[in-house]
Amino acid sequence: MAKISDYAGKPPAWCPGCGNFAILTAVKRALVELDIEPYRVLMVSGIGQAGKLPHYTRCNVLNVLHGRTLPAAAGAKIANPELTVIAVGGDGDGYGEGGNHFLHSLRRNHDITYLVHNNQVYALTKGQASPTSDLGFVTKTTPHGAWMPLNSLAVAIAAGGSFVARGFAGDVDHLVGLIKKGMQHRGFALIDILQPCVSFNHKNTYAWYRERVYKLEDTGYDPGNRLAAFEKSQEWGDRIPTGVIYREDRATFEEQIPALKKGSLVKQKIDPRQVEVLIQEFL
Amino acid sequence: MPVDVNLMVGGEAGQGVQAAGYVMAKALARGGYYIFADQDYESRVRGGHNFFRIRAADREIGAISEALDVLVAFNGESVDLHKKELADKGVVVFDKDKVKNIDGSINHFGVPLEQLAEDAAKNKIMSNVVALGVTMSLLDYDLDLLSNAVSEHFDAGDAGKANVAAATAGYQYARANFKGDFIAHLSPIGQSKRMLLDGNEAIALGAMAAGCKFVAAYPMTPSTSIMEYMAAKADDFDLVVVQPEDEIAAINMIIGAAFAGVRAMTVTSGGGFCLMVEGLGLAGMTETPIVVVEGQRAGPAIGLPTRTEQGDLEFVLHASHGEFPRAVLAPATVQDAFWTAVKAFNLAEEYQMPVIILNDQYLASCYATVEPFDLSRVEIKRGQLLPESETARSGEYRRYEITPSGISPRALPLQQGALVVSDSDEHDQEGHLIEDAETRTAMMLKRLRKLEGLRKEIAGPMTYGPAQAEMTLIGWGSTYGALKEAVDLSNRDGLKVNLVHLNEIWPFPAEAVTRALQGTKIRYAVENNATAQLAHLLRAETGYQVTGKILKFDGRPFSPDHIVRELKKEVA
Repeated sequence: MAKISDYAGKPPAWCPGCGNFAILTAVKRALVELDIEPYRVLMVSGIGQAGKLPHYTRCNVLNVLHGRTLPAAAGAKIANPELTVIAVGGDGDGYGEGGNHFLHSLRRNHDITYLVHNNQVYALTKGQASPTSDLGFVTKTTPHGAWMPLNSLAVAIAAGGSFVARGFAGDVDHLVGLIKKGMQHRGFALIDILQPCVSFNHKNTYAWYRERVYKLEDTGYDPGNRLAAFEKSQEWGDRIPTGVIYREDRATFEEQIPALKKGSLVKQKIDPRQVEVLIQEFL
Repeated sequence: MPVDVNLMVGGEAGQGVQAAGYVMAKALARGGYYIFADQDYESRVRGGHNFFRIRAADREIGAISEALDVLVAFNGESVDLHKKELADKGVVVFDKDKVKNIDGSINHFGVPLEQLAEDAAKNKIMSNVVALGVTMSLLDYDLDLLSNAVSEHFDAGDAGKANVAAATAGYQYARANFKGDFIAHLSPIGQSKRMLLDGNEAIALGAMAAGCKFVAAYPMTPSTSIMEYMAAKADDFDLVVVQPEDEIAAINMIIGAAFAGVRAMTVTSGGGFCLMVEGLGLAGMTETPIVVVEGQRAGPAIGLPTRTEQGDLEFVLHASHGEFPRAVLAPATVQDAFWTAVKAFNLAEEYQMPVIILNDQYLASCYATVEPFDLSRVEIKRGQLLPESETARSGEYRRYEITPSGISPRALPLQQGALVVSDSDEHDQEGHLIEDAETRTAMMLKRLRKLEGLRKEIAGPMTYGPAQAEMTLIGWGSTYGALKEAVDLSNRDGLKVNLVHLNEIWPFPAEAVTRALQGTKIRYAVENNATAQLAHLLRAETGYQVTGKILKFDGRPFSPDHIVRELKKEVA
């Protein structure tokens, strides 16, 4: 049985009160509750405060470049589908620098779980606007205010996301449930997590979110309808929905690859003589 | 008389230039001839001007020679563009109903190609195959060998039969109408057991023999055919070929796959490699073994998209910020391309670093006959991979353990007892990010130390020609065949010339190159670029300066004749 202590890592270097602590706790709890041992898990992370999360736990880790989390995670998953792959990044990392990878990973439906720590600001570089900063959000690089924010959940639904959810770092129990659902989902599971940044975002604070968030499951909402989900994804402001916004059952990328039907590529033997038949084709 | 015949098929894109040229080469190879063929095409699907050149000889050849013995012209433009390349007794084969710009001074064989195709196969599109039949008849070649090659290429079914009928019609037309007017007598000289393949196919085969299981690549000329070949074979050979959203995704995907434990490769050209540069550094920092094929084309930016250049040498040597070890191999021939691919995967895993195969459009798409690759010689060296039995027992694992060789034993994720932690930040031996000066220094030294072992694996230059010469040509990569023949031609003409040629460039084999250049007097860098990039490297690494440069950067490959002409100008 996996235990929380199995996942004990280095002490985090985040600011006290950072929403990332709650996400770290939720990830560990989800893994333990699903009884997955650390050696079966690969966390792939980008750059930003969120990208450091895997260092603060214990599992296999591939910390890559800013924005490049998803292709690296997909490559590892294709090579060894037996790995439980969790991709971790921030809003700037995943929706800005890695935007193209975001779109196409959703479409391909790799069987990975993607946690986006969405604090609506660049924190590692000390407080610039991010793709999800609210309209008019003033920072040193956006003195006239940020432009219209990217609605990442709406984009995810439009791009073919098969599991699109929003969590809140201020509600760990709920977040644990969402991460577990995402990991159990067959295919690409996006969990956008509202994560208050105590140092650089003095607008979207714990209190600000608490006044607004509500749980979709308390409202009888059905996440199976794509158009309704798209409509729900537009809700932002006075009320902010959390929970699973859209879910569909669709073949994963890995399931559709004939070479993987025999199992992990990593386990397949290398035998140069197999190529002999191809040499014959050139004679 | 030695046999050495040069043929060209020219026409618009869509007229079957490539198919006719390839089948002609295949038929001749089957009859025992050595073949060298190259292709020239434009960045368009229809129209424009394309050609396919074939040289057939009874000895090994590595380049095209300029004087054409036969020009098969599918349109008038091909005649206009290439008539000046005809040898003294060179001839033009053309459709006499369509091509009207043949002047009396040219030896010509006008044939109603489309009419014959219509009559024999009810399809005038097969006029290219009729022309093939005419040409092979004029070369006094064997019809059965031709028919077999045609039938194989166009499928054994109805399409194959119709094309064989078209080829036969052309062959018989020439027999009946040009009695005794043979251009040459190329009767088969034995049953060939040689392969006919191009550089990209050789790389693909080498990668597959080496156990490459994962390719992620974004289509880009001239490397696309590697991924296409491997994608076609993927299901039967348990490999995965993915075409992701861009080159950035491609390199990061193979890094993920290689980290998970498979041999992984991406293929691209200079422009795509520009996008991969950041990922290359990630592979360097995380010590992830990847193979990148960079098929150079004329740059910068989009440049000449379908044409060749050796303009990216210094770029790949220095690509990405920071300092990290890498290997750069530049195959010299089609044969070499196969073995280079095998070696690239071994070096990548043994030294846990990115390995770049620096190919170019010319080698990617030129065909040569080569002896079948001896697969028993393919060694798979995966480097220090810890077995699960060991990691499960010890329960302790440090991905970046500091060792005298700089190589840290590698475990793979999902191995009991080992957690593999890799970081793009500077990291400690466990793989966790650090910022302290001492660890940083130790880790930089560890990574760079891998070069010491790697240096011993890099082959010295290939040398050719007389040991004592007045002039030494210095080249690298795909120009080898042209340079070698240029050496022969120059020496035949009374110059004393030899060749020092590199196909493994980084880490630079400085000692071996220095030895090869000792005692040389006049040294010419011969490069398919405008700035003599190897010459810079040579000076930096050995102190040797070149005394002259023969450079070509018009998007076209060197011919041996061109090199000799330039050399003679220099001497004069």
